[in-house]
Amino acid sequence: MEKKIQVQKETFDLRSEYDHLRSVSLKVGAVVTFTGTVRDLNEDESVQVLHLEHYPGMTERELDKILVEAARRWGVIAATVIHRVGDLYPGDEIVFVGVASQHRGDAFAACSFVMDYLKTRATFWKKEKTQEGERWLTTRESDETAADAWG
Amino acid sequence: MTVKIVFFANLREALGVDSVDLQVSGSSSVSALIAQLADQQSPEWLEMLTAENIRVAVNQDMINEDVDVVDGDEVAFFPPVTGG
Repeated sequence: MEKKIQVQKETFDLRSEYDHLRSVSLKVGAVVTFTGTVRDLNEDESVQVLHLEHYPGMTERELDKILVEAARRWGVIAATVIHRVGDLYPGDEIVFVGVASQHRGDAFAACSFVMDYLKTRATFWKKEKTQEGERWLTTRESDETAADAWG
Repeated sequence: MTVKIVFFANLREALGVDSVDLQVSGSSSVSALIAQLADQQSPEWLEMLTAENIRVAVNQDMINEDVDVVDGDEVAFFPPVTGG
């Protein structure tokens, strides 16, 4: 498996990430990508800034473990995770996950799995700045349930 | 020996510090480190570092039980993650 893991302040370019996944091998028959973006409303409050903090070093290690686990479970030819940190604004891209496989079933499942595991294991923390002030987000039970469902 | 302790997110803000270089005599378990930190800083640290939702990593690997640390280790305390 070709792995690409990046934690960065800068945004990313969907087309070039797709091209990278596609170019790894001519055996690739399916590329599934997911992009997470910043919403302007969360729990009925208007979000002005979303600040992303992470644990440098551990984050990359956890993401690597998640990709390795995905490749253990499904056929994965190439996988990419890009996660942004710092101050983000409504409409900004936060996270990109892309998986290239021979067939779509593996690519869909692996992409979904990587996102579910990233949400519950990768060492990122979000703080919202709203008109009411700042608040650190807490884990959603639905995210835990989604990750646990993979067994 | 010296152990580097790091904190993240709301825990970091609550403690008011990113990291502490802790001098430890002899070997020490993570729970002993917490006790020593609380002793040096304030009793509130004990409560915050042992709160039910706080996760602990040693050398960037999550731990689920008390382990011993050695010179140069990095011990991290943080709340549940919320990325993605």
